[in-house]
Amino acid sequence: MTFTVEQAINWLTKSNEKIQKNKDYLSELDQAIGDGDHGINMARGFDEVVKKLDGNDYEQVADVLKDAAMTLMSKVGGASGPLFGTAFLKISMAVKGEEAVTFGTFVKALEDAVAGVKQRGKAEEGEKTMIDVWSPMVERMKAADDFDASVIRDNAKSSMEATKDIVATKGRAAYLKERSKGHLDPGSVSSYYIFEALAESLEEGA
Amino acid sequence: MANVGIVIISHSEKVADGVKDILEQAVGQVTVESAGGTEDGEIGTSLEKIQGAIENVHSAQGTVVFYDLGSAKMNAEIAIEMLELENVHLAEAPVLEGAYLAAVEASMGSALDEVVKALEKEFK
Ligand SMILES: Nc1ncnc2c1ncn2[C@@H]1O[C@H](COP(=O)(O)OP(=O)(O)OP(=O)(O)O)[C@@H](O)[C@H]1O
Ligand SMILES: [Mg+2]
Repeated sequence: MTFTVEQAINWLTKSNEKIQKNKDYLSELDQAIGDGDHGINMARGFDEVVKKLDGNDYEQVADVLKDAAMTLMSKVGGASGPLFGTAFLKISMAVKGEEAVTFGTFVKALEDAVAGVKQRGKAEEGEKTMIDVWSPMVERMKAADDFDASVIRDNAKSSMEATKDIVATKGRAAYLKERSKGHLDPGSVSSYYIFEALAESLEEGA
Repeated sequence: MANVGIVIISHSEKVADGVKDILEQAVGQVTVESAGGTEDGEIGTSLEKIQGAIENVHSAQGTVVFYDLGSAKMNAEIAIEMLELENVHLAEAPVLEGAYLAAVEASMGSALDEVVKALEKEFK
């Protein structure tokens, strides 16, 4: 299976739908261990992404994702802007040149995305950030040989749920130290929506 | 010759503007620009505002950039990378005290590396 321009647009459109639908929930999660703006930030950013993509003619997956990345970086207004922006930018750079992206390239692209987010956020796995959803996803996909929507969905869900038990050492939640435990990481929950949207775009095909 | 420029990044437009006001009131010859809040003036940071502020104060003498929390640093780093300017230093110092010290140094005509050295000495 390959990943096409139509699927990339579908991926971002569905990500936006899920984020808009869960905007208040994401902000509530952020209220508990951050500053309460994660839903607002992500909703603002993805709304702009969809507006930006709308009506444009794209020939390459890379161009779709690059527009998404630049929009997120400039419109989000919180840490998730540079972080999700960097993730999509790294994916875009890695898939450049392929009109239909192969599984191998896609996995490599996600790997680059994780490296980019780690570098940008000066964070590693186990610090209660979005990395705790993105990194296990790369490891899981490396062990597979083709796109599998249900694997992607399940992996993102269990990783997202596992952030509840982690003590935050990066981002605003880190100021709460031990008290950050027992709460889901907001950026991991929105990452789950993004991977759920990816799974759906794969199921629906080109 | 121009002095070293100063950029103040904060999640709040009021904080960034306020710090700028304090520097301008106390230090005469200072080129300072604020980049506070999101594009619509909400709490947050804006890559475009940050880039614009750096471009406004930047000269061959260089620029020192101060930031407050979380995403302010990440956006400052991205802005500096994207502008591809020489001599832009991201300072690891308290925003107000750091910028104040930098403003005093800059107003005396110190070069960028001297301003950076003074900051490192004071806030290490
Ligand atoms: N240093 C980091 N490295 C990786 N991910 C991070 C880091 N800091 C925050 N995050 C992720 O970003 C999410 C918070 O995003 P949000 O949009 O609420 O930004 P914020 O922390 O409020 O930003 P700001 O500091 O600008 O106010 C966290 O839940 C976490 O997943
Ligand atoms: Mg927040």
